[in-house]
Amino acid sequence: MINVENLSKSYKDVKALDDISFSVNKGELFGLIGPDGAGKTTLMRILMTLLVPDSGKAKMAGLDVISEYKNIRQLVGYMPGRFSLYQDLSVEENLEFFATVFGTTVAENYELIKDIYVQIEPFKTRLAGKLSGGMKQKLALSCALIHKPEILVLDEPTTGVDAVSRKEFWEMLKHLQQQGITILVSTPYMDEASLCDRVALMQKGRILCIDSPARIVENYTRTLLAVRSNEMHRLISDLRECPQVETAYAFGQFVHVTPKEEDLEAVELERYLLGKKHQNLQVFETNPGIEDVFMGLMAGNE
Amino acid sequence: MNQNTPVITVKNLVKKFGSFTANDHLNFEVYKGEIFGFLGANGAGKTTAMRILCGLSSPTSGELTVGGFDVYRQTEQIKRNIGYMSQKFSLYEDLTIAENIRFYGGIYGIPVKQRKEKEHLLLKKLQLESERNKLIASLPLGWKQKLAFSIALLHDPKIVFLDEPTGGVDPITRRQFWDFIYEAAAEGKTIFVTTHYMDEAEYCDRVSIMVDGRIAALDTPDALKKQFNSEDMNGVFLQLARHARNGD
Repeated sequence: MINVENLSKSYKDVKALDDISFSVNKGELFGLIGPDGAGKTTLMRILMTLLVPDSGKAKMAGLDVISEYKNIRQLVGYMPGRFSLYQDLSVEENLEFFATVFGTTVAENYELIKDIYVQIEPFKTRLAGKLSGGMKQKLALSCALIHKPEILVLDEPTTGVDAVSRKEFWEMLKHLQQQGITILVSTPYMDEASLCDRVALMQKGRILCIDSPARIVENYTRTLLAVRSNEMHRLISDLRECPQVETAYAFGQFVHVTPKEEDLEAVELERYLLGKKHQNLQVFETNPGIEDVFMGLMAGNE
Repeated sequence: MNQNTPVITVKNLVKKFGSFTANDHLNFEVYKGEIFGFLGANGAGKTTAMRILCGLSSPTSGELTVGGFDVYRQTEQIKRNIGYMSQKFSLYEDLTIAENIRFYGGIYGIPVKQRKEKEHLLLKKLQLESERNKLIASLPLGWKQKLAFSIALLHDPKIVFLDEPTGGVDPITRRQFWDFIYEAAAEGKTIFVTTHYMDEAEYCDRVSIMVDGRIAALDTPDALKKQFNSEDMNGVFLQLARHARNGD
């Protein structure tokens, strides 16, 4: 449904996208995972026909983003990162406006948005500008869906959103996917990668890796040790001073350690830390998460 | 962290907007050198409380001191004794490194002579002397973050408020930023920080979780995990915030 070949885009001397290629299958929930400056928004704006690439090709549902941009706009729904509904129109006015622009009615496609819209319907006469963050998000999603798009593109819908609302939002996306909509979603939260069918890990305009979250993690071959003790901060400093340690990064209550040599064993590291008088030590080999892999790949992309 | 020296005291803080109670009898203390995590769902009342603690808004009722100053009568003193940084508002992109330092030095009312000295020391500490005339826009994110944090500390405040300082930041830079936080806390600065990254909640000395205008839980991450029988802070947060009425 989405086909991107060798796409590049620069702003003056900053390469926002550097020879990007990937494709998204019909009905897939595909994630662009990466921090600010990775090129996620630029990529989405090109796919949404709002920005012209410097070079390369992109197709949405088989249509070229440059020569067939008008047809694409009928087929796609877009939820930009910044809230871009009409703040001085009410909830229902916004929804009706978007339905009318796309030559349809709210009634015709109500089924698709029902689950989301009922949550904000009690506030339908409220101005969009006066809604809470979570409600704005639900309205924006309803408006992006009201013309029943084949492809839904969401730019960082969960940024700055609390953990509970993020979870709910992903449940909504799963539900939309089950109704056959192809979804491209971007996020800076690495833990959300596991909720996608496939993801592209992005940094500085490049794709570091594309695969299913499970395979990305499986293919990570470096040894990873998890360590904890009573004194987190001193533990990190001591680990970084250990000559056999390549990197030591905090991961919640643990520190994840990547050894320089693959054969650094947990017992060996434990002995080193006991020598530094750490108490309540735990050292064990652990499985990497997407964030570990991302950090490993980042180092190679600097 | 020194539990005998509270630098923020909050007793029965209430803040109402019309009939809506944004902060409903909050009670807590934050100690010198503590990293205090201030968590909550969107709409729980975090921003309201933080604005009051920064001297930007007055409570409806309650007794509060920040750095020993009263939040009703001494808001100007409070502002001089706190630092503030957020992901959304930090440095001016179209000013150079040195210009940003000078600008904030002026805003914080540091005398010109001291300002020059501070600028020199800061550039030296961050090893940015040769980069001083570069525009902020041209710097890598990690440097920007470090500089923004250092500038928030330029006037030597007792307390630094960090409002989602790591939003949208890559995983390595995010962790480097926590290194700066630990460093500042070790020097005796009190850190008051909000975040949506639940792994970062684990790095705090104590964490408060707000739900519907109240503090639903406040303790060390370990104690909270035990109390809510959860493996990580994400589990604790989800249990507490799931049934929130306000906001979303």
